Amino acid sequence: MSVELFVFWMLALVAVASAVLVISAKNPVHSVLFLILCFFNAAGLFVLIGAEFLAMVLVVVYVGAVAVLFMFVVMMLDINFVRLREGFLNYLPIGGLVGLVLLAELVLVGASWALKEPAIAAAPATAELDNTRALGRVLYTEHFLVFQIAGFVLLVSIIGAIALTLRERVGVKRQDIARQVHRRPAETLVLERVEPGKGV
Amino acid sequence: MAAVPLGHYLTLAATLFTIGVFGIFLNRKNVIVILMSVELILLAVNINFVAFSVALGDLAGQVFAMFILTVAAAEAAIGLAIVVVYFRNRGSIEVEDINLMRG
Repeated sequence: MSVELFVFWMLALVAVASAVLVISAKNPVHSVLFLILCFFNAAGLFVLIGAEFLAMVLVVVYVGAVAVLFMFVVMMLDINFVRLREGFLNYLPIGGLVGLVLLAELVLVGASWALKEPAIAAAPATAELDNTRALGRVLYTEHFLVFQIAGFVLLVSIIGAIALTLRERVGVKRQDIARQVHRRPAETLVLERVEPGKGV
Repeated sequence: MAAVPLGHYLTLAATLFTIGVFGIFLNRKNVIVILMSVELILLAVNINFVAFSVALGDLAGQVFAMFILTVAAAEAAIGLAIVVVYFRNRGSIEVEDINLMRG
């Protein structure tokens, strides 16, 4: 067994084990942490296969943004997790059946299918160019439309998330600059001369 | 790629995909864990894309893996926003309670 194969097995086993723990952990906070572990192992696999840029993007985007977002929501919402666990075992047989059938199908397809040589290697990853540079060269030229659509998807998701969660709360004392600026002394200030010994 | 055959990566991706689907079945009540299972499924798809990209020597697979990453991030943001709004209105995130549209 070569070193690379050994590293692959280590990363793959930890990734699968942590994925199992993601879906079976009692506490969703632990689920999120195991999801982070799974992402880190997938990033290690990407480094092993030679896709360093995607490994970095995986760590930055998934661990840095998505997993933190999950953690934030899990901790922000006051959820009764015990009630959510009710009926956990009811779905185990049907879910296990579907999962086993799906896995068997995927493995059978993978085992029976032989990889042919690619007809056209559109943008081969050359040896003298490192992964990030080569990816940048095709991303901004050949797949530029995909790049722009990705940006548009992110824009739509930003607008959607803000529009969904923004709420106008009533009864909140808030500073209104325009009203403050438009106040006139005549509207608010009353000068009275108080006679001595009489009071206002 | 020379040392680790392509089939290893495909089998790993298939296993992760199956775990994700299984997780959706298993956690029928908890929307957050269902969203995490969807993330696992998308990660499995990404592993497939990258493995094929390296095996075929074509960088288009990695470009599309990046696209999937973008879509996954957007999906997580929107999904969690919906969960937050739902929890604010109903005080619960059980999937079985989400039946207002059923009529």
